[in-house]
Amino acid sequence: MVSEKHVQHIAELADVGIDEAELGTFTHQFNAILEYFDILDRVEGDGQAARNLYNILREDEIEPSLPQEDVLRNAPAKEDGFIKAPRVM
Amino acid sequence: MAGEITFNPDDKYNAFLATCRKAPHGSGKLAGVAVAVKDNISTMDIETTCASKILKGYIPPYDAHVIGLLKAEGAAIVGKTNMDEFGMGTTTENSAFGPTLNPCDTGRVPGGSSGGSAAAVAAGMVQMALGSDTGGSIRCPASFCGIAGLKPSYGRVSRYGLIAYSNSLEQIGPLGKTVTDVSTLMGVIAGHDRHDTTSLDKPYNHIPNADIRGLKIGIPQEYFGKGVDTNVADVVKKAIGRLEELGATTVPCSIPSMEYALAAYYVTCTCEASSNLARFDGVRYGPAPDTKKSWHDAYQEVRSTAFGTEVRRRIMLGTFALSSGYYGKYYAKAQAARENIKADFNRIFKDVDVIAGPTMPTIAFRLKEKSDPLSMYLADILTVPANLAGIPAISVPCGKSDGMPVGLQIMGRMFEDERVVDVAYAYEQEVN
Repeated sequence: MVSEKHVQHIAELADVGIDEAELGTFTHQFNAILEYFDILDRVEGDGQAARNLYNILREDEIEPSLPQEDVLRNAPAKEDGFIKAPRVM
Repeated sequence: MAGEITFNPDDKYNAFLATCRKAPHGSGKLAGVAVAVKDNISTMDIETTCASKILKGYIPPYDAHVIGLLKAEGAAIVGKTNMDEFGMGTTTENSAFGPTLNPCDTGRVPGGSSGGSAAAVAAGMVQMALGSDTGGSIRCPASFCGIAGLKPSYGRVSRYGLIAYSNSLEQIGPLGKTVTDVSTLMGVIAGHDRHDTTSLDKPYNHIPNADIRGLKIGIPQEYFGKGVDTNVADVVKKAIGRLEELGATTVPCSIPSMEYALAAYYVTCTCEASSNLARFDGVRYGPAPDTKKSWHDAYQEVRSTAFGTEVRRRIMLGTFALSSGYYGKYYAKAQAARENIKADFNRIFKDVDVIAGPTMPTIAFRLKEKSDPLSMYLADILTVPANLAGIPAISVPCGKSDGMPVGLQIMGRMFEDERVVDVAYAYEQEVN
């Protein structure tokens, strides 16, 4: 069982936010789904075989990229060819 | 450019999020054919939103690989179709821009998540459409709307430009009124692409062949058991009977790992989603975060208002499953279950050529019928195994129950997409 406090913490970690009004419903649904996931406790093994899958990588050769103007076109806030982001410090 | 087609449909089913009134086209195999594209596939200069407020107004600066291939064969891209937000849903009700209605009964959902693509084809607005299938998102709406849809083998169609939800499960694939249309579209979009690290050099050059004499069909008991509507099961059994009349033989089989498939699927896709959807913070595209606030507060503000409830739920489930102390219990076990499912399919495919059963356990739900998330997830039980194993699977209309279409699902060995197409084609030719 996860508590409302736990769900709130997860929402903060994931930066998706959660308000008081939906916390109860979310927690209830979360628990029903996690209870269903418990069936996986009966599965043998740890998925080690899946780790043998690999990506096919191309040579890291420099290729033409999109023009700066195109890349910035969708950014809602920009300045001097840079994208503006919230403060990190 | 060889020409231009005018596309101005009466979209009473809300199948489209964007339409191109004048759609240019070139020459080639699809010269002048109107093709609709699911709104999670990037189309240069055409708004692409994944049916989410967080991408409202986003104009991709490049085409997905499959769009380049369509254009090279002369197709006219006529619009972007509605879907469950980011592909997360089984009804297309999770769109931020309102649900799509099922053209067969407007009181019902078209299925999802590629519901707009399926409705556009079923209503005759376009001849064919692209969808994407992470856990049944092509086959479910094909089944509910009475059209054909193929989830290709993983790796045969490039995912470059497909806005990622769950990379290890999803594939772009074709929907069409007929199996021939599906096969034609698959021929255009399959093949190697160096921009997708999971892309394989397995082009599809196939013309459907209805001769299925000697074919061995596995009939898994789990596809006709608990949770599957008996009327739907009966329609599908009759359809399999028609395949036997055409010279195929059936063999009963069992997929014991099916018991874990749905949980393995939902753990995997939510974990991958929690990582993939981290990129949506409004900085490079989408609604602007308040740059005066600290990044945590600013991103949270954007994401809590611009993501829908189901998207936030799945991001949170994935974040939880991957959080410290739970990885071994959820993600690692889900991957183990996935290996077991692959092993079960490999074992069965030693004795049979294809596996057949219903695509969906029921006919299309009524609008708002599935309000509880878990009950919605359970509806995917018959489609997720193919995604977990990576194998090809097609849904072809095979009759009706309560006046609504039922889909016959044919799953095949890895990279034997041609064979599942042939079986679906044989059935379609027999009944038409």
